[in-house]
Amino acid sequence: MTTTVENAVCTFCGCLCDDIRVEIENDRIVKAKRACANGRGMFMDYDPTPRKPRVAGKAVSWKQAVKACARILDDAESPLIYGLSSTSTEAQKKTVALADRIGAMIDTTSSVCHGPTGLAMQALGEATCTLGEVANRADLVIFWGCNPAEAHMRHFSRYSLTPKGRLVPEGRKDRTVWGVDVRPTKTSRMVDHFIQIDPGSDYEVLTTLRAMLKGYRIEAEQIGGVPLTQLTELAHAMKTCRFGAVCMGMGLTMTRGRDLNVRELFALVADLNSQTRFSVVPMRGHSNVAGADQVMTWQTGYPFAVSFAKGYPVYGPGEFTAVDVLARKEADAALIIASDPAAHFPRKAAAYLETIPTIVLDPEENLTARTAEIFLPTACAGIDASGTFYRMDNISIHAQAVVASGRPTDQDILQDIMEAMQT
Amino acid sequence: MLNQFILITGRTSKQAIGMHKGKHSETYRQAVVRAEMSGPDMERLGLSEGQCVRIVNDSGRVEMPVFMANLPDGMLFIPMGPEANRLIGTDTQGKGMPSYKGQKVEVETI
Repeated sequence: MTTTVENAVCTFCGCLCDDIRVEIENDRIVKAKRACANGRGMFMDYDPTPRKPRVAGKAVSWKQAVKACARILDDAESPLIYGLSSTSTEAQKKTVALADRIGAMIDTTSSVCHGPTGLAMQALGEATCTLGEVANRADLVIFWGCNPAEAHMRHFSRYSLTPKGRLVPEGRKDRTVWGVDVRPTKTSRMVDHFIQIDPGSDYEVLTTLRAMLKGYRIEAEQIGGVPLTQLTELAHAMKTCRFGAVCMGMGLTMTRGRDLNVRELFALVADLNSQTRFSVVPMRGHSNVAGADQVMTWQTGYPFAVSFAKGYPVYGPGEFTAVDVLARKEADAALIIASDPAAHFPRKAAAYLETIPTIVLDPEENLTARTAEIFLPTACAGIDASGTFYRMDNISIHAQAVVASGRPTDQDILQDIMEAMQT
Repeated sequence: MLNQFILITGRTSKQAIGMHKGKHSETYRQAVVRAEMSGPDMERLGLSEGQCVRIVNDSGRVEMPVFMANLPDGMLFIPMGPEANRLIGTDTQGKGMPSYKGQKVEVETI
């Protein structure tokens, strides 16, 4: 028998599309209508069959695994907790409580995503808006250093390119779309105007645009490999639009300058608000990485890179961020939740995880789990576990489980571990 | 033959879809163990489509097939994943973020 769930939430990327029609047969999802290729993969390739946890290579009961986790965390003097971007805010809250209790360093995938954006926001503030405002108001959209055609596939149709909105009733026809990147991408094929800049020159290009908008005369013929005439056209489009939105991504945060690039973009957007309405929308990658920032900020005062070693939260990007902690070999145990640093960290940082007792909570046996001391196969938030997620524009959305779960949630297991601990 | 390139790593739809098949799957491996460069660079290095190259910098070395793509000359693109990350250093410039984009690498024909 087939059952259907309407308006399911896809918890793969930061778009959190909440219009998915899921069809289920024998507790397996067989169709995920309206989902993009990435979302379909998440829904249809996930097998919710309960699996036993693994400790030191052997399958054990959940009780035994929880005891083993408690022992590792009790014994650790400098534990690192990392991840959280693909689980619910309920699990994130429980994780921060655990970090507080054991005096751990806690960092989220923000640090290798939009961490620099957070630093820029703390320094300068962020003129932002919701994706609903982009869909209903924006007549100028700029994609800067991001590639939603591959990473956020329905962003175009739901929010930024084609939707017909209140002040853009003709949808795509009412929008002018620019792209700025160091290489042509699938996204650059979708825009009206594409500016290809030299790698590492975002800051110079953004500064030039700010200067142009303030009326300064620029003598150089090109900046960052871009003819000045092209930047003049972009500056003109920016100041003459009714409502502009810059969707920005890793092209700014992962390259030389990092948060300084983002600060310059935020400053440009702030400047533009003296002439028109303008917003910036960071393109958050994983489904609840924005939620991780929210929960960390509610509970510690800081969005990521926090240490509880002194008994109170201390903020330290570069000091308590996971890549730095692992590269300096400063953790003696690790708890990894809903992320895969072995796949996504520099190899030398990821390799250190193989030398310390590591616990992984994840629905799938990812690369980190493969070499971890303990692997706990928990439910997948959004498929067989319910929970709250924050979309990339920080709108909270409740994702209802679409199939019955025989697996524990991340927060259930974290609670069990805390109860089993002596510390 | 040694040649210097700027390495850009990033998400691709094939990499993301491969993740759902499992990071131990052949689908994922094929999605992330590949490099791309411009046609003129392929020609300059005498490389044919799918030929294996060695990519080296101070952080590590990898060997993978290279394919032609619409990229600026002098740029090498590798999808994000464990292979690309062998070439990414751990210096975060005090911000927590490694240089996943913009590292210098050398490409050797083998």
